[in-house]
Amino acid sequence: MDSDLNLKATELRLGLPGTTDAISPPKNNKRSSPDSDSAPSPPKAQIVGWPPIRSYRKNNLAEAESGSFVKVSMDGAPYLRKIDLKVYNGYLELLEGLEKMFKLTIGEYSEREGYKGSEYAPAYEDKDGDLMLVGDVPWEMFESSCKKLRIMKASDARGLGCAV
Amino acid sequence: MCLSQSVMNYFPEEVLEHVFDFVTSHRDRNAVSLVCKSWYNVEKFSREKVFIGNCYAVNPERLIARFPRLRSLSLKGKPHFADFNLMPHDWGGHVYPWIEAMSKSRINLEELRLKRMVVSDESLELLAKSFPNFKSLVLVTCEGYTTDGLAAIASNCKFLRELDLQENEVDDRKGHWLSCFPESCTSLVSLNFSCLKGEVNVAALERLVARCRNLRSLRLNHAVPLEVLQKILVHAPQLNDLGTGSFTHDPNSETYVKLKNAMKNCHSIRSFSGFLDVNGRCLPAVYPICASLTALNLSYAPGIFSNELAKLIRHCKKIERLWILDTIGDKGLGVVANTCKELQELRVFPSDPYGVGNAAVTEEGLVAISAGCPKLNSILYFCQQMTNAALITVAKNCPNFIRFRLCTLNPIVPDAATNQPLDEGFGAIVQSCKGLTRLSVSGLLTDQVFLYIGMYAERLEMLSIAFAGDSDKGMLYVLNGCKKLKKLEIRDSPFGNMALLSDMGKYETMRSLWMSSCQVTLGACKTLAEKMPRLNVEIISENEGGAGEGEASLDDRDRVEKMYLYRTLVGPRTDAPDFVRTL
Repeated sequence: MDSDLNLKATELRLGLPGTTDAISPPKNNKRSSPDSDSAPSPPKAQIVGWPPIRSYRKNNLAEAESGSFVKVSMDGAPYLRKIDLKVYNGYLELLEGLEKMFKLTIGEYSEREGYKGSEYAPAYEDKDGDLMLVGDVPWEMFESSCKKLRIMKASDARGLGCAV
Repeated sequence: MCLSQSVMNYFPEEVLEHVFDFVTSHRDRNAVSLVCKSWYNVEKFSREKVFIGNCYAVNPERLIARFPRLRSLSLKGKPHFADFNLMPHDWGGHVYPWIEAMSKSRINLEELRLKRMVVSDESLELLAKSFPNFKSLVLVTCEGYTTDGLAAIASNCKFLRELDLQENEVDDRKGHWLSCFPESCTSLVSLNFSCLKGEVNVAALERLVARCRNLRSLRLNHAVPLEVLQKILVHAPQLNDLGTGSFTHDPNSETYVKLKNAMKNCHSIRSFSGFLDVNGRCLPAVYPICASLTALNLSYAPGIFSNELAKLIRHCKKIERLWILDTIGDKGLGVVANTCKELQELRVFPSDPYGVGNAAVTEEGLVAISAGCPKLNSILYFCQQMTNAALITVAKNCPNFIRFRLCTLNPIVPDAATNQPLDEGFGAIVQSCKGLTRLSVSGLLTDQVFLYIGMYAERLEMLSIAFAGDSDKGMLYVLNGCKKLKKLEIRDSPFGNMALLSDMGKYETMRSLWMSSCQVTLGACKTLAEKMPRLNVEIISENEGGAGEGEASLDDRDRVEKMYLYRTLVGPRTDAPDFVRTL
């Protein structure tokens, strides 16, 4: 088990009982080495059954967090649609899917210009409720933070189109 | 005692029976039956409620012979650590043999309460058809059935009062089990289907609620939208306990206004849960009932942000039981501490179990609660970090803990301020809380903490240990010191044969012992099993594909990965799968 602490007496040992090394309660605070100024990071591999919460609860959180169906609204459209983000493997597929669903063209993303040159710009609402331009962050990060999609008219999206 | 005993013997049995009617707790009734033969017999024939903490400690035949007038049975199957994937699937805990035996013996079963058992559709069907007066089915953390089984219960149990499914794994078969409650069914008092994943027939649900005038407790699932909740509340303003399904809607809509009004009319709601899918802006609808709430469970609602939580909680001055997620933060716990002066039980669950980042709650939150809530007696706290100083303060503030369960997200994290083990902190807890019956420890811990536990935790009945201790001494301190210990569960700790075999008789005074990823060897387990015939010592292999491969190569000197032992009156069980070997 990883342990960066210098407290030998309290070191978690999995040797057979009866092995040498007298075990005495830690007498003294030897501070750990300077490179761990916060609590040791969690063990690298996920431990089975830790933290001890029931699968039922874990699944509930997982669903809520990566609830993959998100609403998609389009400015001017009378009703919303819903799509399953899990179905797409990346931004290209997502945008293609949106283009098909709403019969429009979104155009190409560039970090600098956003979706300049197209009629529409895809935006999304993230966990904090902020309106963000689709495409800036890695796909996985987008997947887990996207709560809602909004296809905005490019004229409204001018502010979003410019990267600083 | 002699004089009064002979006096009591002159009482006719009916009088004794009447007196025993007032003795309700299981332990007291067990004691009564030990006094003398005549009391044993009177008690035996008048006992209606039986609790069996380990379904393999006895068998159905013995139960029925012992208590032929049984009406209410409570059974527990798998051990606690099975909740955390430490027990392979199909280990056991089937309820069918029990239902079958009671059915054959014409037991007049009215209530069945199961925890961690495997319940098949077949068992539910047999249950539904065998017991005409069946009234109450409570399944906690069970699995193995589908909504077809529920349909059988709904269709056949004419006097059903309670159907309570808590955190079950149920296969949803797209049937319409709710519609199977006949129009003539008006007896429901409690209905909880919050754990079901699929759609329900909402029209049938509304009609059911409308005709069950005695309905007091209703917990809906995810699939029931807010519009339907509103209609249900209009039909059932008498509810005591409400679990919402989905709670998201446009707060500007008419539906939402209607909901707010319906809620205002629900003067009896004392317990609230759900918010399985929630829009924070809909929460104000709930404010009117907050003032009278005594129990609130928001632990399934990760969508509520901490400031919304705090706002909600400020309305809940009478809360006695609060279950939340750590998204509440230390600050939010401060709000709880200032507001909830009646708080007795707090559970703070992790919202991000594997996340390394955002320290959601720390020792500060716990200290604040202990300082602000004088009636606190039960806590389950998942936290990023802890300190001895905090635990010592908590121990001083709250000497009345009955249950204290602390879980650090990193199982061996030391004191965040001093880098020391957390021995002193837990030591303070056991020393101060003389009534402590349940304890779970975590964080960096040496044998010292077990010395304290053995020394001070005189009333301790259940102890959970993970990644703790240095040597057999640790386990020995506990086995020697905790006289009332009933359940001991240990994982990933360096306790071995010496500790296991030091006091073998002790295990007959306990319900069970679980040890996984420790240092006990097969040879020692064999020795124990040989010397103690009234224990089942089960060795559970990893590979579910039969005992062949793994077992053949297992030598007496090899460590055993998982051992579960329990006292029993009926010897090795007959339904053990291949990967379980009873020594």
